[in-house]
Amino acid sequence: MATVDLKDVKKTYAGNVVAVKGVSIAVPDGQLCVLVGPSGCGKSTLLRMIAGLETITDGTVSIDGKVVNTIGPAERDIAMVFQNYALYPHMKVYDNMAYGLRNRGMGKDEIDKRVRETAKILELGALLERRPRELSGGQRQRVAMGRAIVRSPKVFLFDEPLSNLDAKLRGQMRVEIKNLQRTLGVTSVYVTHDQLEAMTLADVLVVMNGGLVEQVGNPLDIYEKPASTFVASFIGAPPMNLLPLTDSANGATLSDGTAVPQAPKGAAILGVRPEDADVAVGAAASAGGLSLPATVEGVEPVGAESFLYCAAGGQKIIVRVSGRSPANPGDTLKVVAKAEKLHWFDTAGKRV
Amino acid sequence: MVENRPFLTFLTHLTLILGVLIVAFPVYVAFIASTRGEADFLSGVMPLMPGPHTLENYSIMLESGMTSYGAPPIAPMMFNSLVMALSIAIGKIAISILSAYAIVYFRFPFRMLAFWAIFVTLMLPVEVRIFPTFEVVANLGMLNSYAGLSIPLIASATATFLFRQFFLTVPDELVEAARVDGAGPLKFFRDILLPLSRTNIAALFVILFIYGWNQYLWPLLITTDTQYYTIVMGIKRMAVVADADPKWNLVMAAVILAALPPVLVILFMQRLFIKGLVETEK
Repeated sequence: MATVDLKDVKKTYAGNVVAVKGVSIAVPDGQLCVLVGPSGCGKSTLLRMIAGLETITDGTVSIDGKVVNTIGPAERDIAMVFQNYALYPHMKVYDNMAYGLRNRGMGKDEIDKRVRETAKILELGALLERRPRELSGGQRQRVAMGRAIVRSPKVFLFDEPLSNLDAKLRGQMRVEIKNLQRTLGVTSVYVTHDQLEAMTLADVLVVMNGGLVEQVGNPLDIYEKPASTFVASFIGAPPMNLLPLTDSANGATLSDGTAVPQAPKGAAILGVRPEDADVAVGAAASAGGLSLPATVEGVEPVGAESFLYCAAGGQKIIVRVSGRSPANPGDTLKVVAKAEKLHWFDTAGKRV
Repeated sequence: MVENRPFLTFLTHLTLILGVLIVAFPVYVAFIASTRGEADFLSGVMPLMPGPHTLENYSIMLESGMTSYGAPPIAPMMFNSLVMALSIAIGKIAISILSAYAIVYFRFPFRMLAFWAIFVTLMLPVEVRIFPTFEVVANLGMLNSYAGLSIPLIASATATFLFRQFFLTVPDELVEAARVDGAGPLKFFRDILLPLSRTNIAALFVILFIYGWNQYLWPLLITTDTQYYTIVMGIKRMAVVADADPKWNLVMAAVILAALPPVLVILFMQRLFIKGLVETEK
């Protein structure tokens, strides 16, 4: 049990490439913190600095209140699950799990007890005598997790552990990781580029971009109140519709000149999530809400819901409706959204 | 794709069989010669059927040797060859795997220079540097010794390069996983890298053993004491004699005996050898 505290952590690579530009995060004891962002945003580098696989250029990393900047990975009492599993190919599953324990000089009986307990939790009992190449992707992932769990470390670090699995397995493993983490109550840091994984797993969600933290918080809070246009378009699928506004004589207008009277002062971008928008034929918008005349350009039915690609206000807007689409391509209608579901951002992309 | 036609099958088999015959015929002749009596070659016609003197020839070679021709018995010479081939093969593998490990996994100044320096020695085989090498070995007092026979041949750029290429294919995540698991550099080498290189080591061992076994010029230069003669140079001594007919039956018996150990090494390590050369999936 431990907390993980990052204070103004920076990473500069040789050649003055700045990967992490100063990140401060506090992960409370027993919580799962997800770092999410596009590739190259520095999330993996940050994780590797917590692990001790990468030196820290500036700032401090503390685990359980102790600064670990100069301590090697083995002494930090962490365990890491890698993207490509990184199982030792020549060792049996049992030895893969036992290796770290043996290196710490643990007794044979104790190792055996721990490995068998962990194998039981992960249902690996029947596979202990196999080698990694004889296992399926999901099983290898499980062994990689087992290797982490068996050490009973202070902190788990996950580096995109599910990205090599197929979609169905990924969903299963996601639930499993969440359950395991909760049962074991071990503080965890999880890196992913998949916003769905991030939303479903996180206790604390950290959205990163360009080596900086864009927003930290509870996943649903971030979803409901994205701090910037970057977060707004990164969290949620399909991404939030962002419509630029221009200032004119009669207030803010969209690019085709449609007035948006409800825009607050300083707003330069209007954001509407596809799931918050709806289509209506001839209906008036609710007080203060948005109502844009639109033409349907395409419809994507996916079963439980349909996506409507509309042209409105000189922009493309995606609207998500449940069930079958009420309109066909070529129809004209109105895109409507409630006033409280509108997001406003300033010219710098910050929330107004 | 080639279709399955009887004529083609016949043709491919014919070609293969011819190839095998061409390669195997000299070996066969050598074997036949080693079963014959001394006088059978004087007529100038090479007999192609086995003769009755097999046991006699081989026992002469193994026990007493052709002492009158300046060659000691075969058995000690084979032992010398074995010692030399083994020390060369094992020494080369040990040194090159360690230097490849240093070059791939450690960041130190002039790392690439070191690598290229090793690599450049490929251009300097024993024959090219034979005089300076002889000088050094002589000054160190290593003439007529196993050390002198093997040490100058141990450095190997080829093996270093091979191991380097293999190490580069080992994923970084594996190294990192080992670090998190608390394995230091030596432990990582011993517990992970070495077992993973097993097939490469086997393949190299076969190649290098034969390389060592077949050394001719070097042992010829630095040994004057019959006690340290190796089999390959010994055969040469038996074949060239002044004022007498070479005893081909005995020479060929020695040849067959000399060819045995490399054949055995290949037979026993064939599976690993091929795996080491073709295996890509780790």
